[in-house]
Amino acid sequence: MASITLKDLVKTYGDVEVLHHVDGAIEDGEFIVIVGPSGCGKSTLLRMVAGLETVTSGEIRIGEKVVNQLEPADRDIAMVFQNYALYPHMSVRENMAYGLKIRKIGKAEIERRVQEAADILEIGPYLDRKPRQLSGGQRQRVAMGRAIVRNPQVFLFDEPLSNLDAKLRVQMRLEIRKLQQRLGVTSIYVTHDQVEAMTLGDRLMVLNGGYVEQFGTPIELYDRPATLFVAGFIGSPSMNFLPATAGGGALILGNGASLQGAGHASGSVTLGIRPEHLLPDENGPIRVSVQLFEQLGANTLVHGVLEGTETDVVASLPGHVSADPGTIMGFTAPAKDLHVFDPATGRRVEE
Amino acid sequence: MIENRPILNIVSHVVLIFGVLIVALPIWITFVAATHDPVRMTQAPIPMLPGGYFWENFKQTLFGGGLSGTETAPVWRMLLNSLFMALMISFGKIAISLLSAFAIVYFKFPFRMGFFWLIFITLMLPVEVRILPTFEVVADLGMLNSYWGLSIPLIASATATFMFRQVFLTIPDEMLESARIDGAGPMRFFWDILIPLSRTNIAALFVILFIYGWNQYLWPLLITTETDMTTIVMSIKQMLEAAEQSPQWNIIMMTALLAMIPPVFVVVAMQRLFVQGLTETDK
Ligand SMILES: Nc1ncnc2c1ncn2[C@@H]1O[C@H](COP(=O)(O)OP(=O)(O)OP(=O)(O)O)[C@@H](O)[C@H]1O
Ligand SMILES: [Mg+2]
Repeated sequence: MASITLKDLVKTYGDVEVLHHVDGAIEDGEFIVIVGPSGCGKSTLLRMVAGLETVTSGEIRIGEKVVNQLEPADRDIAMVFQNYALYPHMSVRENMAYGLKIRKIGKAEIERRVQEAADILEIGPYLDRKPRQLSGGQRQRVAMGRAIVRNPQVFLFDEPLSNLDAKLRVQMRLEIRKLQQRLGVTSIYVTHDQVEAMTLGDRLMVLNGGYVEQFGTPIELYDRPATLFVAGFIGSPSMNFLPATAGGGALILGNGASLQGAGHASGSVTLGIRPEHLLPDENGPIRVSVQLFEQLGANTLVHGVLEGTETDVVASLPGHVSADPGTIMGFTAPAKDLHVFDPATGRRVEE
Repeated sequence: MIENRPILNIVSHVVLIFGVLIVALPIWITFVAATHDPVRMTQAPIPMLPGGYFWENFKQTLFGGGLSGTETAPVWRMLLNSLFMALMISFGKIAISLLSAFAIVYFKFPFRMGFFWLIFITLMLPVEVRILPTFEVVADLGMLNSYWGLSIPLIASATATFMFRQVFLTIPDEMLESARIDGAGPMRFFWDILIPLSRTNIAALFVILFIYGWNQYLWPLLITTETDMTTIVMSIKQMLEAAEQSPQWNIIMMTALLAMIPPVFVVVAMQRLFVQGLTETDK
């Protein structure tokens, strides 16, 4: 078990810099999720920690040791790949034992560890099968088993659930989380699925275009997104963004409506309000011309535009709601749920 | 093309049987000729049914002096020579091309692609093209009339290198990466992962190369002068010319029959792997 420190990490491929000065301190036993859109550099960052990609500049420490120059095998890590990367010609047992065999661990000890991992993951009955004789979910477990038997200081996961169907993904997600809590191994988990990220991570590192947008707990990210990108990325359906003008503690929307709660902001800003924070109110200042309803059962999504403008607005209301298209609905939003961003920098305007 | 019309079935069977007959007829004649006495073989028309001299011919060919009145090695000796040569060629080719493909695919060294193309253009230089310089080199190295001389000049193989390169390229990178995390060094990865994953391709290639080696004619003819080192394929031709009197067809045909056995054995024994190796794609 160990902490991981990333210091000023840079990765370039040829002339292209794909990771820009990434910093982060991961504590012993923490479950960190790296999340971001496709191509933002998540896998690259993870693979640098694993030692599969070289570090262009900066420093990676596992525990107290700088590992920049160490081979993957010497970093005391285990990795679970998206396509599992099981050795097709070895049985499940051999797959799990291979790394231990190379480390010259005794036969009895190997057998004990494999058995233990198989019990934890409930893959005992398949130990003598080849990977191709297993279902996707079972292969996933074997890949995890291969990581567990090594007793590593760090687990690295690169989108390990993306090849599974939706239901199995939810189930495996819980299992990974339970397993990690039980073993207490520091883990880094890469995904582009924000729900997976929110439910799994102790803390989330949101990457965008090779920059760290924000690094914090899921609740911090939800309650106080540091940038427009994080605000739009975390939460589903995603946050509404309304252009507004701030001044004297008030916000004037595009159609002239006025809201309280701008803090110290002034000039033109972007106002963010989550759909679930829009409260129906006959006389509310946010007036929406309704276009359509999405009935989700427990709640209803109201899609429309801010009256008199082209700005899309989505509201999530509890229970069943319906009205004719074209109806004007009024909403309010509590001042604490208003997020004000500087449209030029995309950063949050602090209260 | 699954149709259920009886006429079509009959037609396709007739076509297939006809094809089989065309292929099988020469082999049948060889077999029949090997079972008669020499006198019967000189009379026309040639017999189409087996005679009663199979064992005599067999013994005389395999263990006797072979053809009467000539200085050839016994056929068992030639079979052994051919076998050594074919095995050395096929194992040598497979080992060398596996290693060169491994180097080209998995190691980054200067001029990597240059070396690859260098190997590739040797496709244009089969032994027949470079036969005189190669002979010179082999002679200078004192390898005439030896198994080394028979096999080494034929061992380098661009085709096999190219094929293994393609096979290795289909193996996902993650396989190498997880082996690295597991702590496997390059040679360990080669033995434990690459070789087992290319098993069927190796088998398929072995079949092809064994037959290639077995059928070598020109090269052994050139570099073997001692009768003890002659291979069976070249001696069949020599037997035809050797005798002053008319050819002893029974012995020659028996030799041909014996020469067919090892390749047939290899093909039959490795058939399943062979087909898998040429068709299987999923890794
Ligand atoms: N070997 C390489 N050579 C050049 N560019 C690369 C290489 N590998 C990755 N990149 C670039 O680095 C960037 C980050 O890639 P990376 O694989 O880390 O993305 P990712 O966030 O994991 O995306 P995804 O969610 O699609 O897996 C991409 O723009 C990609 O084009
Ligand atoms: Mg990726």
